[in-house]
Amino acid sequence: MALHVKIKKRLQSFDLDIEFETNREIFAVLGSSGCGKSMTLKCIAGIVQPDEGIIELDGKVLFDSKRRINLSVQQRKVGYLFQSFALFKNMTVKKNISCMLSSSDKNKITKEYINKFKLNGLAERYPYELSGGQQQRVALARIFASQPKLLMLDEPFSAMDSFLKWQLEQEMMELIDDYDGHVLFVSHDRGEIFRLCDRLVVMHEGKGQKPCTKEELFYQPKTLAATLLSGCKNISRARKVSTHKIKALDWDVVLATNSVVEDTINYVGIRAHHIQYASDNDENIISCRVQRIIEDAFSRILLLKGKGEEIIRWEFDKNNILEYQDELCITIPKEKLILVS
Amino acid sequence: MDCTPIIISIKTTALATFFAFIVGLFAASKVRKIKKFRGIIDGLLTLPMVLPPTVVGFFLILIFGKNGWIGSLLDKVDISVMFSWQATVIAATVVAFPLMYRATLSTFDDMDENIIFAARTLGLSEMRIFWTIIFPNSLSGIMAGTVLALARALGEFGATMMLAGNIKGKTQTISIAIYTAMQAGDRQTAYEWTIVMMIMSFSMMIAMNYFNKRNKKIIKTAK
Repeated sequence: MALHVKIKKRLQSFDLDIEFETNREIFAVLGSSGCGKSMTLKCIAGIVQPDEGIIELDGKVLFDSKRRINLSVQQRKVGYLFQSFALFKNMTVKKNISCMLSSSDKNKITKEYINKFKLNGLAERYPYELSGGQQQRVALARIFASQPKLLMLDEPFSAMDSFLKWQLEQEMMELIDDYDGHVLFVSHDRGEIFRLCDRLVVMHEGKGQKPCTKEELFYQPKTLAATLLSGCKNISRARKVSTHKIKALDWDVVLATNSVVEDTINYVGIRAHHIQYASDNDENIISCRVQRIIEDAFSRILLLKGKGEEIIRWEFDKNNILEYQDELCITIPKEKLILVS
Repeated sequence: MDCTPIIISIKTTALATFFAFIVGLFAASKVRKIKKFRGIIDGLLTLPMVLPPTVVGFFLILIFGKNGWIGSLLDKVDISVMFSWQATVIAATVVAFPLMYRATLSTFDDMDENIIFAARTLGLSEMRIFWTIIFPNSLSGIMAGTVLALARALGEFGATMMLAGNIKGKTQTISIAIYTAMQAGDRQTAYEWTIVMMIMSFSMMIAMNYFNKRNKKIIKTAK
């Protein structure tokens, strides 16, 4: 029982080309805005028709260009949570949840979902009388009441402030925990992805990369796009020097590595908070000039310039009081280097 | 004062608005889904609004005259449209239709597409989506379109004059009665009809403002 997607579609600015398979898990599509994430969901839902490919859900073919199968949106039975929730403005909460149910046990099911999604007392209200969190619960209740085999979440938290976002995220996870279908989650936020999903596919300009686990994405990203999306702030072009040495071209420095360097290496990255203050016997020491100091809420960010062109960003806890003047030496721990082919 | 123009005007306007409402709503619901050639179809359907009424009247004569496409068919069953009361309804419907159609289409287009997509993913049929979601959510625009169509039908002059003529007690509407009175130098009657017309038009404006206000209120509360 799985969701299998392999589709291609020609679009104005790029070609969509993505393939993945999920198995009753929370699977994410990670990509920057406008990379084709939502388009992928729309293809799966049947709102948009791909040029070629196959979409299969639990053994049922939803779309197959070769066999000319293209089920209508209504026949596909997939739930789609829109960013704006897409509630029907002219209907009460109760009506929103019950509008697609057949008459026989309509009232019973509606009541059940109103209870389950903590909407008691709101049943007769209209969507504009609800808060953002309540609207999300109504939208989810409506989707679950329609018994979908697949639930798709299209950047559900992207338009919210951080407090509300955290609250809704937790609420949604509780509600989704009971659901035994597939969940497909689309986001550009690495934090959301790490907290919510198990496996994911990185998408860049319409092209879906090889699916990986979230640990793989954060500890060994395979591509430049994946490295950037995983939140790595320092990236330099790189060239192999020897089996355990590379030259970071943009920082103009030779770095020792822990893992064996591939011939195809193109980039090297280091996360801003993995950089450390150098002591005498460290490897990979870079002497830098401080260009700017940025105070964040709980951390301090230094923008450093070594011999190379590219600025190095170093982020550390504010409580670590370091002595530094205009110039200082940092070390890049070799076990933390991200090597990208 | 002979009251027949009021009765003819009201009867004609009511019926023409009714037809314009149905046909306009139908056309808008179809055009909403069209992607190819939409500009051309939209232009054709809007034509009666932008053409001079005499040109519309000329085309109507071409269609409904004894030798026209429809006129010749009707002639076989002994129905003549030209210079009949029905002709006033046809002329008024044709010129009022684009107003209804355009207002309705633009509210349909304003609708958040995702709401329709969401309805489809929930399994609602296209028919139900239209009647339970699109139509109720577009109601204020549809009402505004209806009032505009009503006003246009009431004021219709040129095309009616050409197709239905100016027959007292049969095809003479208020607009035509004003023209006729002025032609005969009867200012008194023209004044009276003008006042009647102004009262009717003004009450329609008030009705339209009411719907616009409601429209704005709905949009405001929806946000």
